[in-house]
Amino acid sequence: MPFVEFTVNSVRTVLRGNRAYWLWIVFLLALVGIGGFGYAHQVRSGLIATHMRDPVSWGFYIGNFTFLVGVAAAAVVLVIPAYVYHWKPIKEIVVFGELLAVAAIVMCGLFVLVDMGRPDRLWHLIPWIGHWNGPGSILAWDALVLNLYFLLNFVIVTHILFRGFNGREYSKRFATPLILLSIPAAVSIHTVTAFLYNGMAARPYWNSAILAPRFLASAFCSGPAIMLILLQVVRKIMPIEIKDEALWKIAELMAYAMFVNLFLFGAEIFREYYSRTEHLLFFRYAYSGLNGHRTLVPFTWLALFCSVTAFLLFLIPRTRKNWVALNVGAVLIFAGVYIEKGVALVIPGYTPSVLGEIFEYFPSRTEAMVSAGVFGVGFLLYTLMVKVAVAIMTGRLSSRRSEAAGV
Amino acid sequence: MTEDPSPPSRDALDSPEESREESLQQSTRRSFLAYAAAAAAGAVLASCTPEEREAYLQKRFRELSKEDVAKVVARLEAEYARKYGKPFKVGVEPAIPRTLFGYALDLSRCIGCRRCVYACVKENNQSRRSPPIQWISVLEMDKRTGVDVMESNLYYDPKEVPREGHFYMPVQCQQCRNPPCTRVCPVGATWQEPDGIVVVDYNWCVGCRCCMSACPYGARHFNWGEPHLPPEEANQETHYLGNRPRMRGVVEKCTFCIQRTRKGLYPACVEICPVGARKFGNLLDPESEVRYIIENKRVFLLKEELNTQPKFFYFYGV
Repeated sequence: MPFVEFTVNSVRTVLRGNRAYWLWIVFLLALVGIGGFGYAHQVRSGLIATHMRDPVSWGFYIGNFTFLVGVAAAAVVLVIPAYVYHWKPIKEIVVFGELLAVAAIVMCGLFVLVDMGRPDRLWHLIPWIGHWNGPGSILAWDALVLNLYFLLNFVIVTHILFRGFNGREYSKRFATPLILLSIPAAVSIHTVTAFLYNGMAARPYWNSAILAPRFLASAFCSGPAIMLILLQVVRKIMPIEIKDEALWKIAELMAYAMFVNLFLFGAEIFREYYSRTEHLLFFRYAYSGLNGHRTLVPFTWLALFCSVTAFLLFLIPRTRKNWVALNVGAVLIFAGVYIEKGVALVIPGYTPSVLGEIFEYFPSRTEAMVSAGVFGVGFLLYTLMVKVAVAIMTGRLSSRRSEAAGV
Repeated sequence: MTEDPSPPSRDALDSPEESREESLQQSTRRSFLAYAAAAAAGAVLASCTPEEREAYLQKRFRELSKEDVAKVVARLEAEYARKYGKPFKVGVEPAIPRTLFGYALDLSRCIGCRRCVYACVKENNQSRRSPPIQWISVLEMDKRTGVDVMESNLYYDPKEVPREGHFYMPVQCQQCRNPPCTRVCPVGATWQEPDGIVVVDYNWCVGCRCCMSACPYGARHFNWGEPHLPPEEANQETHYLGNRPRMRGVVEKCTFCIQRTRKGLYPACVEICPVGARKFGNLLDPESEVRYIIENKRVFLLKEELNTQPKFFYFYGV
């Protein structure tokens, strides 16, 4: 029963760790606890526990969902060069990217779930059992492609690790087609998520043809930003070799992606401010405030500042290869895209509302707690998976070893 | 979304001996997990009353057989009677053949009194508070700017209406012939009936609120909290697709008072309007009042550029 042995040994691995490891686990469990507490309150009282209302009917949850779809999609940034071009320095770290995709998709699912008015009716979304309202409904497609993408990454990464556990290379015949498939799948999940907004003619702020390209460009910044930091952590606290060149290459790719992102943003800004149609209202709400309503203004400018600064840091080879500058850049990019997707995309789409009402939305405490909980679940899952992956990739966890130990 | 319970290990493809063992092991794992899941679901459902179980497993209204509809109606009537302490009738009247309902609203007559708003709330059992739900929004507009929803005021509150220099534009579901809201629904919980009314199956809606983002008229409303419907104010004459009491976490909207109009009555807002600004009828009937208005008055559609093709026509009677 090799797979059972693999599972048992993996569980055993995550139950062993030093003090820092356990502190981190306890911290994440605390986040999960806070989230559970918040969600229990929301289940008792309904979504009225959030600050969403009819004029702003999606908020922080769906913003987070959108951001995390981008993070999940960005795993391909690492997959494309590593697998297709057999690019040596990045190859071993692709596993971490795919694990990140798995964790991110789990968080996406949870964010959709906590946003639902009737989570008990989740089964209505399942094709054949419930009713899949395709091809018209973009959300129906989104649910489908996200689940497929999850499955794809999960299968690939399990295969690679299970093979590694047995001391073998992954099967090219089995894995390569799946890996190739995961590239268009990654593009599709973020495109479909963009179309979810994009297709709504009622919301001019979203109804722009370059929304999907903007989504992809920003995702190719934020996903690798997380990877950049995680990989440094991984190679510091775990005995695994990740070359500097690999990290610098990622940073370089991010600079290009950020250029495209800023360029597309500029194109959007030009169109709106030059033509000055009624649709400018939404941009004005986001960037300068409308009739004294300025809640979002500091956030949108902060996001822009973060993105531009990070772009410059990553563009110049000298700062890119300086560890302090690199990490500052990664944090700035992450923050910039997080604000852009989590706040500056969803809320101005609703403000002013379709009937001209300005309802200023800001997440409630419950929304903050629940969101923290979802991130807790995701990071916990990621931590445990990475722990197993590192143990296998360093050869500390293998079927031969467990035999030798008499297991 | 949860993790796939059985991560398939695909060594199977490489060596045939392993493959049999693997697939056997896999299938036992999978069936074990399937049984476990079924058992857990079964245990939860077993702890419910038979009515709760039936309600939970109820299919989409459009897919129910005649017998199932009768059962659902009986269950809902009993539930409402228990909850509100008085008998309810849940109608399921189908669309009248050769009927396409249309609405016309005379902007030159409307005085912004909001009587339609309150009559609608009463007739259609909307939540009265935390938060209140109103299917009609009356917008106050400046005569100098003309019809411009972005410059309108939803919360006008003068001592007397109409206010000097202003006019009023009630907005409710435009019952589009090309409704963006029904298309986006991931589960098909909302659709257009043969008589043109866009309805919601409250028992199938998952509360994702895509339809609210898609609607250009702010016509869809969500039950953010438990709806507050005082029993003494509840309207007992209801329709499954219309004004029956709603539950928390689902979307609702104007149905042209489906419970009334399918019996040949006018919608409540038409009946209450003190100035006769609201007209209602069958668009397929050349003799109907709405047809006369469309053919003879200055008519416009709200946000016509979005090609939603409303069956709600604004006009200037004088």
